[in-house]
Amino acid sequence: MSTTQNTDAGPRPGSAQTGPDTGEITVAVDAARESTTRAGGAGVPQPRPESPAAPVPAGPVTMAKALNAALADALSADAGVVVFGEDVGTLGGVFRITDGLAARFGTDRCFDTPLAESGIAGMSVGMAINGMRPVIEMQFDAFAYPAFEQIASHIAKMSNRTRGALPMPIVIRIPYAGGIGGVEHHCDSSEAYYAHTPGLKVVTPATVADAYLLLRAAIDSDDPIVFMEPKKLYFSKDRVDLDALREQYESGAASGTGPRAAVESGGAAIARTGSDATLIAYGPSVPTALAAAAAAAEEGRSLEVVDVRTIVPFDDATVSESVRRTGRAIVISEESGFASVASEIAARVQERCFHSLAAPVLRVTGFDIPYPAPKLEHHFLPGVDRILDAVDDLQWED
Amino acid sequence: MSDDVRTDIAEAARSFGITPEDYMLPARHLIRIVDQDGTVLSTEEQGAEPGHDYPVPADEDLLEAYRRLVAGRRINDQNSALVRQGRMAVYPSSHGQEACQVAAAACLGEGDWLFPTYRDTVAVISRGVDPVEAMTIFRGDWHGGFDPRQHKVGIQSTPLTTQLLHAVGVAHAARLRGEDTVVVAMCGDGATSEGDFHEALNFAAVFHLPVIFFVQNNQYAISVPLARQTVAPSLAHKAVGYGMAGERVDGNDLVALLAVLERGVRLVRGGAGPLLVEAHTYRIQAHTNADDATRYREDAEVQEWLAKDPVKRMRTYLTDRGLLTEELQSRYEQEAEDIASALREGMNRESTPDPQDLFAHVYSVPTPQLAEQSAMLAEELSREEAS
Repeated sequence: MSTTQNTDAGPRPGSAQTGPDTGEITVAVDAARESTTRAGGAGVPQPRPESPAAPVPAGPVTMAKALNAALADALSADAGVVVFGEDVGTLGGVFRITDGLAARFGTDRCFDTPLAESGIAGMSVGMAINGMRPVIEMQFDAFAYPAFEQIASHIAKMSNRTRGALPMPIVIRIPYAGGIGGVEHHCDSSEAYYAHTPGLKVVTPATVADAYLLLRAAIDSDDPIVFMEPKKLYFSKDRVDLDALREQYESGAASGTGPRAAVESGGAAIARTGSDATLIAYGPSVPTALAAAAAAAEEGRSLEVVDVRTIVPFDDATVSESVRRTGRAIVISEESGFASVASEIAARVQERCFHSLAAPVLRVTGFDIPYPAPKLEHHFLPGVDRILDAVDDLQWED
Repeated sequence: MSDDVRTDIAEAARSFGITPEDYMLPARHLIRIVDQDGTVLSTEEQGAEPGHDYPVPADEDLLEAYRRLVAGRRINDQNSALVRQGRMAVYPSSHGQEACQVAAAACLGEGDWLFPTYRDTVAVISRGVDPVEAMTIFRGDWHGGFDPRQHKVGIQSTPLTTQLLHAVGVAHAARLRGEDTVVVAMCGDGATSEGDFHEALNFAAVFHLPVIFFVQNNQYAISVPLARQTVAPSLAHKAVGYGMAGERVDGNDLVALLAVLERGVRLVRGGAGPLLVEAHTYRIQAHTNADDATRYREDAEVQEWLAKDPVKRMRTYLTDRGLLTEELQSRYEQEAEDIASALREGMNRESTPDPQDLFAHVYSVPTPQLAEQSAMLAEELSREEAS
């Protein structure tokens, strides 16, 4: 039995393990298999859309497809954009995010590298020095760690070191977080490492439309951006019109509004309006927060959900405005809570909204333990019940 | 890709009438053209063999390189003096390695790139960077003092070996644009133990890029001798494991260095794939002024290498050949003095880096958070000024 997405991809000996047969995992695996079927299997060149503007009917689009479209449109829009990493060429990536790009844009623009993450990141530095806009893929969150020195010591610091002479317009795409029944080293929430490193920006979409828009904006930014893709949402679907999104992005791109402004100076979004408390979440935790808000509404509690979208730069204004209005706040993230992004957000909210708060800012995060094995991960992940328990703890007067 | 690479290696080997293995393996002996007493060795003694022939460079190239060698020695000694005088905290000197420094810069054309380590300041200056700008990093004003794109020289920084991958990326970007840029990527013997050394050589070989990896084997990584880094027959022998050619050269023989690197540049520009060149040299001084070399090596060893000094050797060779006159020698010495004097003047000038620059280049536009912190610092400074 092979039950994990990575088993389908099979890039690492350690990943070809047997997972437990739980319903949740089966869903993830089916999604991955569906994706594989759609891609027509590894190594087989696929028919390409006729042009980058090939019409995609408004309908259910997966986040994976939206990311793929964003990469394709960025490759079309700017000859300096290059996409590379492990298995991103012929295979189209283990999650198929780069599906078809090598065939359509050629192996100069989208190519496989030797299996070496520091090499990938280090080479991207040189390519950026020499005028390119590299978009590199780290195959999984925990496999990005060998690249950390290049990311922290050079990608993050080169612009500052050279007084802006060498900006690093690099996007580091990282599938992250859990909820897919993955084996160890495939489910880390590693965002705090990057968010803690000055010089990097950290962006993470929670919706299909944001996946497209924020990735386009990240690629067009002159700053290095760690673009963290919630892998459990890769095959989530939404009715979006990719043509309309492209139009929206490209018309707004020049004026510096919308997603570009979000990436430049922070851009959280109100995902659901409410009046009693604010749930602050990002990436994989946004759908969970929305589900918790829906459940709370049935009990008569009105919860607002803020989707952070850009961890760095953090949108203090939008978050603070919401919390001042509701007077209560809970920060939700999948990462281990100690010294986490959630901790930073809680501290910022407390500093800025203290006199509006009716209760301490709470955090609902993963435990301070290594990411659990598949059969135990649901105990670790912040779920609706744990969020609602925290909501109950917000010192209500009634 | 790999099939093409094998073909190119095979073609290069065939053009020299040798097997691909003999092309990739270094010559049996170190390439040395001028002996340590300044005399020219016989062809057999030079270590040359089929596919590893190194004609002596043109006279004017030798003289120009010697001019830079004299300046390089003076720059090293001036900077060490400035450290002793407390004008800067640290200077990793390449005293004794100046022939490598000069050759690494001299072999490149105008459109080519050089990626130095923190010890390669003389190579950076030899490539045309203003000496005071090159020294800004050590004066402590900022982490770098020159525009890398203007000079096509990577910025010096202290993580080991990471710059080799940057060199590979520059070469790859140039290749994609159809430019014939050659990149020389410098590192030391200790750096060959780092993972990035392996990744950079492998990437360059797989992508078949015109990069020369130039290792200055100065025998020590701070205190640890080469025997603790590797038991390979030589560092140059590592090349064959990546499917590239390697060569060993006397790193204190400027003539041999120029011959090997200039031929190397021609080969890699012509499509022969990357190259690994190991130069045998010696770090005459301690790692930095903060290091005490007497704790890990004998003075007799240092004395032995002082006798192989690259500057003295080149001077004798050029004088004996009638190329270097007393007049030229005086002129070169005067030029070196002028650089030293500019360094003293530049490094002794009081500099006051602007604290607001701390926030200026972290991102292309400061984030709201950095704007807040910048305002906070400005307020602190204005209060300080007022009191």
